[in-house]
Amino acid sequence: MARDVRSPRSGLTRRGVLRGAGGLALGGLSIAALDLPFFDVAGAQQNPLDCRARDVSATDKSVVISNWPGYIDPRKGAGNTRDRFEQQTGVAVEYTDDVNDNSEFYAKVKNQLGSCEPVGRDLMVLTDWMAARMIGLGWVQPLDAARVPHLRKNLIKPLQDKQWDPKLDYHAPWQSGLTGIAYNAAKTGEVKSFTELLDNKDLKGRVTMLSEMRDTMGFMLKVVGAEPHSFTADDWANAIDRLRGAVSSGQIRAFTGNEYTQDLAAGNVVACEAWSGDVIQLQFDNPDIKFVTPEEGLSLWSDNMLIPNGAEHQTNAEKWIDFYYEPRNAAKLAAWVNYICPVAGAQQEMEKIDPSLVDNLLIFPDDATLAQTWDFMPLDDRQQIAYEGDWSDVTGG
Amino acid sequence: MSETVRKRGRLGYLLLFPALAWLGLFFVVPLYSLVATSLFDPAGSDFRGYTMSWAWGNYSDALHEYWQPLLRSIVYGGIATALCLVLGYVLAYAIAFKAGRWKNVMLVLVIAPFFTSFLIRTLSWKLILADDGVIVNSLQFLHVLGSDGRLLATPVAVIAGLTYNFLPFMVLPLYASLDKIDHRLIEASGDLYAHPAIGFFKVTWPLSLPGVVSGTLLTFIPAAGDFINVQLLGSPNQRMVGSVIQSLFTDANNYPAAASLSMILMVLIVAMVVVYVRRAGTEDLL
Repeated sequence: MARDVRSPRSGLTRRGVLRGAGGLALGGLSIAALDLPFFDVAGAQQNPLDCRARDVSATDKSVVISNWPGYIDPRKGAGNTRDRFEQQTGVAVEYTDDVNDNSEFYAKVKNQLGSCEPVGRDLMVLTDWMAARMIGLGWVQPLDAARVPHLRKNLIKPLQDKQWDPKLDYHAPWQSGLTGIAYNAAKTGEVKSFTELLDNKDLKGRVTMLSEMRDTMGFMLKVVGAEPHSFTADDWANAIDRLRGAVSSGQIRAFTGNEYTQDLAAGNVVACEAWSGDVIQLQFDNPDIKFVTPEEGLSLWSDNMLIPNGAEHQTNAEKWIDFYYEPRNAAKLAAWVNYICPVAGAQQEMEKIDPSLVDNLLIFPDDATLAQTWDFMPLDDRQQIAYEGDWSDVTGG
Repeated sequence: MSETVRKRGRLGYLLLFPALAWLGLFFVVPLYSLVATSLFDPAGSDFRGYTMSWAWGNYSDALHEYWQPLLRSIVYGGIATALCLVLGYVLAYAIAFKAGRWKNVMLVLVIAPFFTSFLIRTLSWKLILADDGVIVNSLQFLHVLGSDGRLLATPVAVIAGLTYNFLPFMVLPLYASLDKIDHRLIEASGDLYAHPAIGFFKVTWPLSLPGVVSGTLLTFIPAAGDFINVQLLGSPNQRMVGSVIQSLFTDANNYPAAASLSMILMVLIVAMVVVYVRRAGTEDLL
């Protein structure tokens, strides 16, 4: 081919044209490159007050919500909460379950929110640590306290005073849950502690842990005698070494998301770190699956509603938040979702909906259970990179 | 040859344009961004942004830290490719030469698994290889596996998954080359008193080499970079480089490390492919 290009008749011009086109393209690119990561990429931190959109809630009666799959009562049910909300407020809900993973969702919205662009959503639901990170990045609009009175009044005590948003200026828990241990009573005796998951040779290769770093490492920190809500770099190193030992010895079979439920049900795994809501679901089919509070305690987490910068229907989104903090609606939701209901007063309302769930400690945990819970310390950006790096080295990502 | 090329040259370039523009936009630009990211100051983060510091150290750090998963990817990918070649060659040979009127049906069957999602297919291997499943129980009965032996979360399961998932990429190019072989050449080898086995190695195999080369490339390259099989069928002790890159990128948000590891993987694979294609004597494929 090269020979033909050099042919005297047309080659020179063709080459010239190509070169010219290449030069033009390069020129165009280098202008575009101001936005490409050529020499520098600006920080993604924004000031929410500069990234506000005009609120058109009054004229455009709609709200766009992104949530996790299976996290709301289905629309076909009679008196479902979504229809109730629409009737009560006249706001049309555009609800999408497109949040599958905190990190993935972060990657999805990072470019827009990092440069003050809207993401076309008025509300998104993310787990504590990701909510903390986004609030820290200034990607979340403050809530107008006057428009969410029920949130302030009804949020249960253990979920208040988060280190990253103590006054509830930015977030409202959607649902909450406990992380503990689940085991299959038909296959093994009671598993009482995380230490046992790590050391009991009878469980070797039949134990899984969660791939959510803060869930599992909270327990590991407890195992080495540190406190998840406030630990040092040395504590971290001890905890990760302890975990590394259990991985390389083959004690831990895998780190999983929700799919551990299949392994537990199929008998591939006999004991594992587990989320409370999943266990309730599993117990419907297999009463041998038990949830225990490990001796180390429980991790209490929540998934939180956040209003992203550039949301055009902030008032409507706040109506949605407040609606779900009315006990009647919260109970209806909890009856279907089976995670911990963050709303005080919902337990009394549950009496009318499904009395069998009123005393379920995994939906309405008592004070004794909640007293054993902890919260994971917020990490700054350097800690995040270092610790997540260590974590993925050990867990295989 | 060169005369016709010259005549068609102008039109050729015109026809090339859409593909070149596409490649420019969706290959060159991302590649350039990847190279740039791999040289960013590793002290950056999303909060503070990144500065270009020509940090070549990212590469040595990545190699030093992750040479094991890198090596494992190449070994697992290599074994899976070899298995695919053995299984795929027999299958493609049968389809091309022996299937008769069933040829099209068999080809459709080869492609049929693609109608379901990659993820679902890999998940169903969890059922097949389950600890209490038929396969593990039979192997335990035959004492191939110990009584507490298992297949899931072992290299066997990961390689089996890779082999299964990439087999069609081997079969189709093999079939395409085998199908083109002129049967009279094989007959001729018989007429010259070559044993069928000799005939195969002297005639069929060399003529199918283009299929072998493209099949192995199409299998090896994605298999070495795969992260789903090891995530679903393996354990952390089988970690491959694809999952390292994925977690560095999405979970740790350590973009410089993820980018430099990607570059290393890419350069390594390109180098191996070049050597391989040269040795196989089919440079004209590239």
